[in-house]
Amino acid sequence: MSTPVLEGWFTLGDKPQLLGSRCSVCGTYYFPKLQGYCRNPDCSSERFEEVPLSRSGKLWSFTSASYQPPEPYIASAPFQPFGIAAVELLKEKMVVLGQLATGTELASLKAGLDMELVLEPLDDGKLTWKWKQVRA
Amino acid sequence: MSTNKDIAILGVGMHPWGKWGKNFVEYGVKAARDALADSGVNWRDIQFVSGAATMRNGYPGYVAGATFAQALGWQGAQVNTSYAACASGSQALAAARSKILSGECEVALVIGADTTPKGFLKPAPGERPDDPDWVRFRLGITNPTYFALYARRRMEIYGDTQDDFALVKLKNAEHGALNPYARYRKKFTVEDVRASAMVADPLRLMDICATSDGAAALIVSSLDYAKRIGKASAPRIAAISTVTPSFASAVIEMPDLATDSAVACEPQRFRAALPRKAYEEAGIGPEDISLAEVYDLSTALELDWIEDLQLCARGDGAKLVRAGVTKLGGRLPVNTSGGLACFGEAVPAQALAQVCELAWQLRGEAGERQVTNAKVGITANQGLFGHGSSVIVKR
Repeated sequence: MSTPVLEGWFTLGDKPQLLGSRCSVCGTYYFPKLQGYCRNPDCSSERFEEVPLSRSGKLWSFTSASYQPPEPYIASAPFQPFGIAAVELLKEKMVVLGQLATGTELASLKAGLDMELVLEPLDDGKLTWKWKQVRA
Repeated sequence: MSTNKDIAILGVGMHPWGKWGKNFVEYGVKAARDALADSGVNWRDIQFVSGAATMRNGYPGYVAGATFAQALGWQGAQVNTSYAACASGSQALAAARSKILSGECEVALVIGADTTPKGFLKPAPGERPDDPDWVRFRLGITNPTYFALYARRRMEIYGDTQDDFALVKLKNAEHGALNPYARYRKKFTVEDVRASAMVADPLRLMDICATSDGAAALIVSSLDYAKRIGKASAPRIAAISTVTPSFASAVIEMPDLATDSAVACEPQRFRAALPRKAYEEAGIGPEDISLAEVYDLSTALELDWIEDLQLCARGDGAKLVRAGVTKLGGRLPVNTSGGLACFGEAVPAQALAQVCELAWQLRGEAGERQVTNAKVGITANQGLFGHGSSVIVKR
């Protein structure tokens, strides 16, 4: 197994999950993990627990990176364009960004599709989370 | 109710937008001198200099108010510098209004200028996994990603098309062609837009605004002062909204990787909150608006703004552009200046440039861009870190 691009941001294995935090008082979720103070204006909690976030959700929107992003993105040569998805997690009531799984055709996507979290290497071999369409 | 909180715009000035390779101070001084000449106020009579900071020009940029006061010749005025990302100009304007309304000064210079680098805006170097801005670039998520996600969402929910977005570009290019301060003054066809390179699907290069050098300045005063110098009929600022977002923000915002979670609080739209506060403050409604200057970082985003300003129902923005409503000569012209499409963003100057355009329009001095019988104009913009603004100018 290769190294994650960010340490402690997601679990490894077949059913990976993003690691967020949840306010112990009002229940608000955060990704990435939050330390310090709950951002709910009606909550003054400073206590959070680390929680794995839902590993599936509904596609909110999607796009592509057709131009090579600047550093610190590490691109292989020649640059391979990739997709990006915004996925709504229903339980957490939040939208989370990530690259689209390699090989996803944008033309095959539409808002509302079921998506799930997978792990794939970035161009430099480091593992990251990506969103993949759930095949029925 | 609102009249006693109004201030007058006595003069406006700009330096043409472009890539001129000069120091930002030079652009600012040109804009300030033009605004002073336009107002008829002597520089020595200015009691407060309110600058919008630029983060890209070192210390002189962080203390922009003092930098411009010195460049114009120290004359003892009080100074202020505001930083609020894309809303820096509006925040500098709000500082001047507070001084004027509290009676601490009668007449002020508000000014913003920038020199901008080429290409993608990118984060500072180094390995910084605790900085969300570093993380998103590490994962390949650039600024156009966010504009593209909003654009695609429109296509998915409202049925907008890429050609609708192209129509926004065509319209703004036609407006900008008539504006001597605009950087890009060329007209385009839908085919031109279709042929431009894809950046972030569905947005092409011509759908996304560039970054530019530029400067804009305003001379503002109390209504009493305006009357005393024979400018009782100068356009007035009726509202300056610089509200922050309300938790839980439901729209994914640059540079975040996730929205707020709406588990404990209702989901909110920041963009819509900005003009709402401005309307409330001015005691003016969307039905009173003659024209709008909105922050078209992308073509599709102009449509979002039109809806956030309540100029049409949510989802109807594209219908307006298709029907020519938002074009010069239409019922409700949007971005008569040419907008960011023709200017390119010069961060600290941009919100003030929007107000300059409204002032010219309300004075009937917009030349070939003139909106017939323009009475009330509104601006809107949004930037990073919970900053944004909406300003209402009336006759």
